[in-house]
Amino acid sequence: MGLLEIHQLEKGFFTPEGHHQKILDIRSFSMNSGQQLGLRGQSGSGKTTFLHMIAGIIQPDAGQILLDGHPMHALSEARRDQVRASTVGYIFQTFNLLAGFTCLENVHLGMRFGSQQNPERAVSLLEQVGLQDRMHYRPSQLSVGQQQRVAIARALANSPRLVLADEPTGNLDPSLAEEALSLIRTLCTENNAALLLVSHDQGILDQFQPCLDLREINRAGQGGGS
Amino acid sequence: MSLLGMVLRSLRQHLLSTVITSCSIALAGGLILSVWTIKDQANQAFVGVHSGFDAVLGIRSSKLQLVLNAIFHVEASPGNLAWQDYLDIREHPGVSQALPIAVGDNYRGYRLVGTLPDILSQVAYREASTYQVAPGGRWMDPQRREAVLGSFAAQQLGLKVGDTFHPYHGLLFDESKQHAETYVVVGELEPSNSPADRVIWIPLAGLQKMSGHDPKTATDISAVLIKLNQPQAGFRMDMMINKQGDRLTMAWPVDQIMAQLFTKIGWFDKVLTLVAYLVAVVAAGGILAGLYNTMEERRRDIAILRSLGARRRVIFGTVVMESSLIAFFGSILSLVIHTAIFIVAAKMIRQQTGVVLNLWQWHPSLIWTPIGMTLIGTFAGCIPAFKAYRTPVAENLTPLS
Repeated sequence: MGLLEIHQLEKGFFTPEGHHQKILDIRSFSMNSGQQLGLRGQSGSGKTTFLHMIAGIIQPDAGQILLDGHPMHALSEARRDQVRASTVGYIFQTFNLLAGFTCLENVHLGMRFGSQQNPERAVSLLEQVGLQDRMHYRPSQLSVGQQQRVAIARALANSPRLVLADEPTGNLDPSLAEEALSLIRTLCTENNAALLLVSHDQGILDQFQPCLDLREINRAGQGGGS
Repeated sequence: MSLLGMVLRSLRQHLLSTVITSCSIALAGGLILSVWTIKDQANQAFVGVHSGFDAVLGIRSSKLQLVLNAIFHVEASPGNLAWQDYLDIREHPGVSQALPIAVGDNYRGYRLVGTLPDILSQVAYREASTYQVAPGGRWMDPQRREAVLGSFAAQQLGLKVGDTFHPYHGLLFDESKQHAETYVVVGELEPSNSPADRVIWIPLAGLQKMSGHDPKTATDISAVLIKLNQPQAGFRMDMMINKQGDRLTMAWPVDQIMAQLFTKIGWFDKVLTLVAYLVAVVAAGGILAGLYNTMEERRRDIAILRSLGARRRVIFGTVVMESSLIAFFGSILSLVIHTAIFIVAAKMIRQQTGVVLNLWQWHPSLIWTPIGMTLIGTFAGCIPAFKAYRTPVAENLTPLS
């Protein structure tokens, strides 16, 4: 069995007019441990919704999601939180760092709710992303590129089996984007974490083999929501 | 990072709001503590003060006025008794000790009380405690113009043994009404924490015959302090003097008369307690409103924590812990506010009555009020915590693709 197995996944939303609109209808999708996969998705294609369902943040309307053997579609919310805390690392386009906490504390929080609490690992990760001299800075005191590196370190803090990256370079200029992508891929490889990266940036996606297009696996086609 | 660490960080992030709401809790707690402790201690202290006597005999008047005048030295004398009245009561078989006192003069606002010094030195104003003259002094000679000062009066007036002073007529200080007589301070009483501390004791004859006083009343006295042989004598004398007679009043028993006073003014501390409770409710509302309003700006932070795997109940718990800590800090501060209020109130009460309140005396409210205020804060945090609990994650992890 692969790390991630998805079957007959469906998700829709009600429009303001009250109509149910299906935005995701994925017959089958899978990833293996340690695999790095790029997923092309245009704005509004439902790619963030797809990642949220894998992470257990939202529930599908139908279908199955097996993440590291956990049936995310059937688990209670609290159990999904637990699986997410110990199995998934999430990198967001806008970094989503907590402004009131230092870099080191943000990385600590990445492992706070999981099974391991290893302060040395947090320090080590920040050293790996080149922020050993910025550990006690707050996010607002860092450049955009540095903030994304903190977010990458945080995503790997809990030694996840799967890292989900949602447009992780979307807010970075091209040179920083290359650097961030390289860092994400290297750290995922070093930490034996699979990587599912969604983006609409062809330059980023070209570096992935294989690279899937969400439109090809999503029978609902172009959706109207996220 | 522990949950407590996260909560403390959040409190620091919202420092102004934290300080203001903690202060409001502190004010409420301080008021509640002060009302309860001062009320109960004052009640005990005033009811417990009898200066070693069971009853006060005076001219026909209010019993409370007699007690306040003769025991607490705070009220005007209702009128004079003839010396014969003193002799008669002294010979009553139910009376073991009778001490005549005369008032009517002061020195810079501190009341002069004329009495028989020998008897005063034999009175146990509290169980096993008699008035003692501090080293370097002695009791006054009834034949001389000598004075023994209560400790508080001596401290406030700055008089010491060997100093002299001229009394002033009346119980209120009026510089134009100075008597010609010169009195010498021959002693200072050891502190007794009783109304006697704020009195200047002089020989009875000295006050009766002070220049300017009516010679016709030179043998009159203001009241007689009475110690009974046994309680039953009080019933008989009460019947004889108060019910069958119409010229004199015997205030007996002294502690019950003071207790009646506190019963009469009980509505006042009920109002104070009610005000304190209202302040507590407003303070709890402040915590609720303060936290509830910040929940809107914290939606994203909550969503981020949830995306990292924090369960809803953890989010709920952190908000409740935050409100509990605000209330806890306020409760600790309330002890400081209570201390400040108590010190000021105790000083005023001592200045006005000589009754001493003890800041360090244990009162159950000292533990229950901080606990209660913290619990109120905890409950107040439940509503914003529930709002945090319900925060949707996906919608607040911006931006959405």
